[in-house]
Amino acid sequence: MTAAVDIESVDLSLGGKLVLSDLSLALGPGESLAVVGPNGSGKTSMLRLLATLVKPSSGTGTILDRQILSPSIREIRGRIGLISHTPALIGELTIAENLDHFARLAVQNPDDCTRALHVVGLEQVADRRVNESSFGMQRRTEIAWLLVAKPDLLLLDEAKSGLDVDARELVDAMIDLTLSRSGTVIAVSHDISQLGSALHRQMHLISGRLEPLS
Amino acid sequence: MSFTGQIREVARVDLVVERRTGDTFRIVLPFAIVTLIIFSLSLGGEVAILRTVGPAVFWAISVLFGMQLALRASALDSPTRRDLMLLLNLDPAARFLGRTLASSTIVLVFMAVLFATMVVLFDPSLPGGWFWPLLAAISLAAIGLAALSTLAGGVAAGTRNRSSLASLIVAPLAIPIVVGASQVLEAMERNSGILLWILLLITSDLALLVAGVGLSRPLEEASR
Repeated sequence: MTAAVDIESVDLSLGGKLVLSDLSLALGPGESLAVVGPNGSGKTSMLRLLATLVKPSSGTGTILDRQILSPSIREIRGRIGLISHTPALIGELTIAENLDHFARLAVQNPDDCTRALHVVGLEQVADRRVNESSFGMQRRTEIAWLLVAKPDLLLLDEAKSGLDVDARELVDAMIDLTLSRSGTVIAVSHDISQLGSALHRQMHLISGRLEPLS
Repeated sequence: MSFTGQIREVARVDLVVERRTGDTFRIVLPFAIVTLIIFSLSLGGEVAILRTVGPAVFWAISVLFGMQLALRASALDSPTRRDLMLLLNLDPAARFLGRTLASSTIVLVFMAVLFATMVVLFDPSLPGGWFWPLLAAISLAAIGLAALSTLAGGVAAGTRNRSSLASLIVAPLAIPIVVGASQVLEAMERNSGILLWILLLITSDLALLVAGVGLSRPLEEASR
């Protein structure tokens, strides 16, 4: 079985500062990892690295079968789903229009967006502009997009922060769904209680170093 | 989605966002018109001077405000939105061209309305047959300013002083566009050919578009 993430001795420097140091990680399809760490420990940078959005300074390995330092790494971006701590939606568009925009760019079926909005409970407010929607609605919209995109590698950055119980359950359902499709999930948070029990392994990120959670 | 489809989609969304925020026509355009009025008042109502300087004032205000309009589109992108666009496999070159297309349209309409206002306020003596050459000059200037500002927005993306930096990049590089566009009417006044100035505008636009397309991927990689 090919690992979804298999990286070794990866360093990441941003603005001349070492953010991640000697990062090694191996996760196969259907596996998940929870990473807990204090603010500024490098959690978001680690997820952006795994999402191929920042380039490692050094190290070896693959993400979804692509060498991390090769230019071809960007070919896997369409298979990665990322929920950042700040929603990435366009405020002036409605909830439905955001999903439609994403679906057009990612060549997904727009009908799937309607179904996904129904699943996350936003069908009735789909015509509401994002900048007039609550944070929880914005997060649900992003979950709806992930339901459409069906990523092979799901990366969650403080995905449950600021959400009500129902929305947090949606995040858990999204994790379960991804794992059931043999996807891989990595979730990070500063609060271990927000990571949930659905994730197989737990690790600690302190000052850019990943360590087993004691 | 095809490359041209991506360009259309980026332009469509940028125009929808512009229509809904209404910043150009509710805020920037009135402010630019007020600037024109202030200029006309500060010249003391001297009709001969107003007629002479009207087009020059128009170009100066058009370039300064047009540049800011085009830069604003890039400034609206949050880092998380830029990340998402990459994960959606949006080609950076298509994004550059789509954004340039939308910004060109906005700047063109802005300049057209501003020119009409300038004509009312300054009553410049326009040479015969001015309409089509001026339309060509304004259109080419709008494309150039949009391409230059979008490119500058990409260069400055992720930097701390991005808005100041982008303006500093745009201002000197906009000189060929300003010279080419402003000299079209001047050349017609002098009964000399306008082809040279139109060619300068076309060359500037093409250079900026080629640079924008060519640099879009390296700029994206540099920001990784």
